[in-house]
Amino acid sequence: MIQFREVNKLYQTAKVETMALTNINLGVERGEFISVMGPSGCGKTTMLNLMGLLDEPNQGEISINGQAITSYKDKHVARIRNETIGFVFQNFHLISDLNVRDNVEIPLLYRKGSARERRILAQAALERVGLGSRLDHFPTQLSGGQQQRVAVARAIVGKPKILLADEPTGNLDSQMGDEIMSLLESLNRDEGVTIVMVTHDQRMADRTGRLVRIFDGQQVK
Amino acid sequence: MFRNYLKIAIKVLLRRKFFTFVSLFGIAFTLMVLIVITALAQHANSNGKPEIHSKRSLHITRLTLRHSNNSNEWNSSPGYKFLDRHIRDLPGLENYTIYSQFNTVAAYVGGRKLELSLKRTDGRYWEVMAFEFLEGRPLSREDEALGRHVAVINEATRDQYFNGENAVGKTLEADGQTFQVVGVVKNVPIYRMAPFSDIWVPISSAKSSNYRHQLGGGFNAILLAVSASAFPTIKRAFADELGKVEFTDPKRYDTAIAFADTKLEMISRSIVLSEEEGAGVEKFAGLLILFMLLFMLLPGVNLINLNMSRIMERYTEIGVRKAFGATSHGLTTQFLLENLVLTVLGGFVGLVLAHIALRITTASGVIPYANLNVNLSVFVYAMILAGIFGVLSGVYPAWRMSRQHPVAALKGGSL
Repeated sequence: MIQFREVNKLYQTAKVETMALTNINLGVERGEFISVMGPSGCGKTTMLNLMGLLDEPNQGEISINGQAITSYKDKHVARIRNETIGFVFQNFHLISDLNVRDNVEIPLLYRKGSARERRILAQAALERVGLGSRLDHFPTQLSGGQQQRVAVARAIVGKPKILLADEPTGNLDSQMGDEIMSLLESLNRDEGVTIVMVTHDQRMADRTGRLVRIFDGQQVK
Repeated sequence: MFRNYLKIAIKVLLRRKFFTFVSLFGIAFTLMVLIVITALAQHANSNGKPEIHSKRSLHITRLTLRHSNNSNEWNSSPGYKFLDRHIRDLPGLENYTIYSQFNTVAAYVGGRKLELSLKRTDGRYWEVMAFEFLEGRPLSREDEALGRHVAVINEATRDQYFNGENAVGKTLEADGQTFQVVGVVKNVPIYRMAPFSDIWVPISSAKSSNYRHQLGGGFNAILLAVSASAFPTIKRAFADELGKVEFTDPKRYDTAIAFADTKLEMISRSIVLSEEEGAGVEKFAGLLILFMLLFMLLPGVNLINLNMSRIMERYTEIGVRKAFGATSHGLTTQFLLENLVLTVLGGFVGLVLAHIALRITTASGVIPYANLNVNLSVFVYAMILAGIFGVLSGVYPAWRMSRQHPVAALKGGSL
């Protein structure tokens, strides 16, 4: 489902060059749930950004859903992100000016479909995460765990094949973290969504099918 | 999608109420001034009564006399002699009229002094113009030929001089002469220069006949073409006529320069001082656009500034939208739309303010007989102006926004 072949990522500023990822070879199979661990600044999020086509490698090749990414043109990657990938962020990144339903509808705005279809899909996604009764609430009216569930609903509303979660439990207490983790597990198990999750929490990593460790930008065997 | 964009736009505007107010005020005030100017220009140039033939009309309002070998130059309105000799035989005309510019004259009624505008016209003036008569008749060619002391007055003069009673058949004293009123017409506002006056009397009723011998000064002419397609023929023939002008003192002046212009050309020529055949209309239009852009610059810069700060607050949103499939182009559209919401809102407020300003202007009598209002076409102009304003002030911030890298945006962004 996701294939990295000798991927390198270098960050350059006027004074400093930082090798964020070096020679990464990684394959994630369809329906897998893997976790990525490593110390802060080791390149975990960079790897997730490359998987999500939010960033471009300096060298190497990335394939998503069997398709090698040869062009990083805005329109091309935007379509793949919209149709194939869903994101969950550590800080939830909900838009505070929009209510829960409008937040969840965001991925659907960038594809064909009527407003009615969007409303139905958003409601279904929110019911899937247990927030079917909070459609008209605003993010600030919800707890951290509920906000992250809204973020998960937003990530799955477009039925993506891949879910990329960057420390989804990092800002939550252990009980809420467990709830989110259970939600991700059920999405993987029941709906076959391929999930890559960056985490610092060994307990959460142990609940995934496979663990990938990164250290200083390199994959540790 | 637009509903979502609109919701965001309104929320963002409400979040920063003070800045929104300042921006809205700037936009509304700017647009109000532009709408008032547009309304004035539109009313002054409208094809309505009495100038129902303005699309077929050419105006001669300026005459320059010059000597080819020295610096002598004299600028004024044309004189009766010049017009009478050089327009009557022009080809392509259905009619023409010679009339004086209006003079302010004193009239006394019941020991009270009235200051009234008086215009002297030929009989043809009333054939070229279509005044709305409340009573009586227009001046005729016969009145002019026989030098009759008859007058047409407007409604306001009838109200002041005759207490609003029927005036036809009664006499009126103005400018030291006595006239018999033969007709009363509806008021015409002062910004319609050709038909405006309070009293109209025959040219030949003038106290002196000196005007008959003067090349320059005091008179205008309107040439009514058979159709607008005859304009080039008329203009060429009039240019040829200028070569036939007989100068009383050729040592002083030996060249006459004048043009038969449409209303637009006439305004353009008076502003860009063109002596070109085309009256410098393109230059005039360029200046007009430049003026409008400069006028919109200050609130525009203010709005751009506000937009930039709105972007800074919204890095995360940009990142999220990009992560979920928004293209740079889509985000630019969203942002421009948001800006259009603000400016169109400003446009509506400006329109209301302009309406109030025009009503106050009309009621105050600052502009005699003005009846200014915001009609449908002014409304459309205003919305187009608001749209242009919205796009211009939104393009740069939207462009900056669309260039935002999604990873940087999700981290809090840096532009």
